[in-house]
Amino acid sequence: MTTTTITLNVNGKSVETTIEPRELLIHVLRDRLDITGPHIGCETSHCGACTVDIDGRSVKACTLFAVQAQGSDITTIEGLGDPDKLHVLQEQFKEHHGLQCGFCTPGMITRAHRLLQENPNPTEEDVRFGIAGNLCRCTGYQNIVKAVLAAASEINGAADKEATRESAA
Amino acid sequence: MSASAPTMKERQAALKGLGTSRKRVEDARFTQGKGNYVDDIKLPGMLYGDFVRSQHAHAYVKSIDTSAALALPGVIAVLTAKDLEPLNLHWMPTLAGDKQMVLADGKVLFQGQEVAFVVAESRYIAADAIDLVQVEYEELQVLVDPFKAELPGAPVLREDIADATEGAHGPRRHPNHIFTWEMGEKEATESILDSAPVVAEEMVYYHRTHPCPLETCGSVASMDKVNGKLTLYGTFQAPHVVRTVASLLSGIAEHNIRVVSPDIGGGFGNKVGVYPGYVCSIVASIVTGLPVKWVEDRMENLMSTAFARDYWMQGKIAATEDGKILGLWCHTTADHGAFDACADPTKFPAGFMNICTGSYDIGTAYLAVDGIYTNKAPGGVAYRCSFRVTEAAYFIERMIEVLAIKLNMDAAELRLKNFIRKEQFPYHSALGWEYDSGDYHTAWNKALEAVKYTELRAEQAEKVKAFKAGETRQLMGIGLCHFTEIVGAGPVKNCDILGMGMFDSCEIRIHPTGSAIARLGTISQGQGHATTFAQILASEIGIPADDITIEEGDTDTAPYGLGTYGSRSTPVAGAATAMAGRKIRAKAQMIAAYLLEVHDNDVEWEVDRFVVKGAPERFKTMQEIAYASYNQAIPGVEPGLEAVSYYDPPNMTYPFGAYICVMDIDVDTGTTSIRQFYALDDCGTRINPMIIEGQVHGGLTEALAIALGQEIAYDELGNVKTGTLMDFFIPTAWETPNYTTDYTETPSPHHPIGAKGVGESPNVGGVPCFSNAINDAFRPFGLTHTHMPHDHWRIWQTANKLGLHD
Repeated sequence: MTTTTITLNVNGKSVETTIEPRELLIHVLRDRLDITGPHIGCETSHCGACTVDIDGRSVKACTLFAVQAQGSDITTIEGLGDPDKLHVLQEQFKEHHGLQCGFCTPGMITRAHRLLQENPNPTEEDVRFGIAGNLCRCTGYQNIVKAVLAAASEINGAADKEATRESAA
Repeated sequence: MSASAPTMKERQAALKGLGTSRKRVEDARFTQGKGNYVDDIKLPGMLYGDFVRSQHAHAYVKSIDTSAALALPGVIAVLTAKDLEPLNLHWMPTLAGDKQMVLADGKVLFQGQEVAFVVAESRYIAADAIDLVQVEYEELQVLVDPFKAELPGAPVLREDIADATEGAHGPRRHPNHIFTWEMGEKEATESILDSAPVVAEEMVYYHRTHPCPLETCGSVASMDKVNGKLTLYGTFQAPHVVRTVASLLSGIAEHNIRVVSPDIGGGFGNKVGVYPGYVCSIVASIVTGLPVKWVEDRMENLMSTAFARDYWMQGKIAATEDGKILGLWCHTTADHGAFDACADPTKFPAGFMNICTGSYDIGTAYLAVDGIYTNKAPGGVAYRCSFRVTEAAYFIERMIEVLAIKLNMDAAELRLKNFIRKEQFPYHSALGWEYDSGDYHTAWNKALEAVKYTELRAEQAEKVKAFKAGETRQLMGIGLCHFTEIVGAGPVKNCDILGMGMFDSCEIRIHPTGSAIARLGTISQGQGHATTFAQILASEIGIPADDITIEEGDTDTAPYGLGTYGSRSTPVAGAATAMAGRKIRAKAQMIAAYLLEVHDNDVEWEVDRFVVKGAPERFKTMQEIAYASYNQAIPGVEPGLEAVSYYDPPNMTYPFGAYICVMDIDVDTGTTSIRQFYALDDCGTRINPMIIEGQVHGGLTEALAIALGQEIAYDELGNVKTGTLMDFFIPTAWETPNYTTDYTETPSPHHPIGAKGVGESPNVGGVPCFSNAINDAFRPFGLTHTHMPHDHWRIWQTANKLGLHD
């Protein structure tokens, strides 16, 4: 089988990897780059457990070949927050019990992260619609929705404070 | 002056013990993508396994040609039944006393059955190779309808046991018949049915579905030939049982097998059974000397590893004219698929279906269950329920509604009239159970008031009027359900799986500086054990939950236990945890008394310390005691502070709940909209209210899925019609409503902390509640009962049959 070498910018780091053209991005991330946060729940693009962020869009990493991501900026759950300073969504998922088995969580948070970029002031309905591509079997979504809304208001609260400080200065 | 000492209340709060909505300790890992699930495991030299599966539901396997597959570069081996036969692993025992083919031995009996196992250097090569394995089949007549299984001319499915007139559960009357299980009084019940003023009758079908956790099943087997030790990682809800079964099957001594359940991405019963993939990964690792990973994809998961339900329940319920229930009769035809692989305790081939008298005081009852073979996947697992309890709850909660229609009575009132009364507990049911505690009237009345039931009925009547007047095309359904669960299997005297008694265990070590580790025989799949079991211990031994590590799932370190399913972790392992904690406290009391220079009986426990009676300023905290236990010579007391408890529960626990759902239905499109869902759960003592609420939300959403569309459907040739998430309904955030949760608290009298378990209640109670709402909406138009799943098409058909489109 012929191989090809691609370069991806994953979580701020440029990585080069030699792969078969038919390899799905999710397999390259997980098996070749050891980025195991995104999970595989269906391989038919229904469940969203493999959701990553590519060049500013939410993408199910099982829907495209890794070669299609050549040169892209990819953010996975590993690129959001760090152990010393969790991302506000990670904090709020914990605070509102927005996860149980944790299998959908990386995809769910990665999707919610992009949703809040697309729509910083979502209503409950916006959140429910915006995460409908990500399945969860444990939580019934109620606490996930709460967590995303809480994260939005925390981000906006911080932004408001920033704006107040700036206008005062 | 120094800051004042913390008050007793502050000390209590610092423990984060029972009743605290403690945040989960698991979440830091999971939210950062640092969970460790089976497919995340990568060992040096690891190979990948993949199955060749049957496209036919019933066929002879004439030949298997593996040569082309083996010629593909990167393919290491292709296993067939012939390769497994010398090891006696081509068949394996099931949890139900039957046996199952690991790889097709001469024939296939369901679509998706495992035929050959390819082992290759990568998952891509393995996937290529399965297409190169040539299998020649001779198709046979397919049996999908259990009611046709014993008709003349029906194909014999299990030719291996065609002549066996005796099965694991008694006599068999036909080659396709597995067992008949009877409980209660047949003649007495039938005589009541003959003489009762009112008898309602209905066939209630609980369709076949699947637990479908987001993570599929998988394993990584690693045989270390140097030291003769097998390590098996996998999606196991019962790791110790897997170790024992693996030892019995493979002949490898049990101490040379280490089974590890890493993080599990949801179980819901799917991961209780032992599947061919596990066995093949082990054999492949033994053959190759390298680690072998097998992880099924979603289609394989839905087609082959387990199913749930598929019970045809014919019911008759007898009552007086004013609604006092006199007797209940049920005959169930249970479609078990090709092998009887139900995960039920040995003495209960239909699980705890005999809880089907529900929450009601029914003096006389009879239940018979016939297990039948068909050309469908084996399984019969308890999908978020305790062994067939959801079938039982669905049956009785539909029969109550059917009876209410016959009596022309309000279904809420009919329930109130027949509930077991508080003073009747412990209550002996007609079908053999001893309900531990309950207060159904209080819960029910609280629920009716919370939703303003009377007003809802008035609104519904208005809506019917408006519909008949042509002013609306919407109907309103009010779904009622009062369920009683039976969980916490179970007492070893009558509960075992493959001969292994269903106790559970906890082992605690207190470290010298006063923190602790506890290990249990259970395994969390999202329930938050690391959080809640530490809370139980915190309240028992006075060490803050934050200072207690909980570990599960590694059979080399955890004490033997039967695992997590059937809501048994809290009732059984939770009890073991409390009991082990009490052993720690008993030893700590002796140490404290010595340190305080008083007699053992002169000290008493207070939150986190032993104090001298009558002199509260003289005390030793658990931390001080722990340090002394290791570092001070105490006459007559061994050093160290450890305890282990194996807990054999004296009885099951009986959680219950009152659920009410209000739904709007569009008659022309069959679409539903859930306006309100109120769920009151009584799970006895509440350990962590936040986690309880989360469990209820999740269980209700799984119930919604089952009631409103989720099914494993077959066509007449045995083809699976719902093999992907395109066809197999899983609700998204968009379809899922917000739920209102509530509770009453009736502790279990026999459980050390009074806890009953909750994880499965919302599924058991939720399914009948949703279904009752649909049925209720059409009651004013003459409907008595319509089968689940209530997807849009079926609802539309119901409306159509009732003439509502005319």
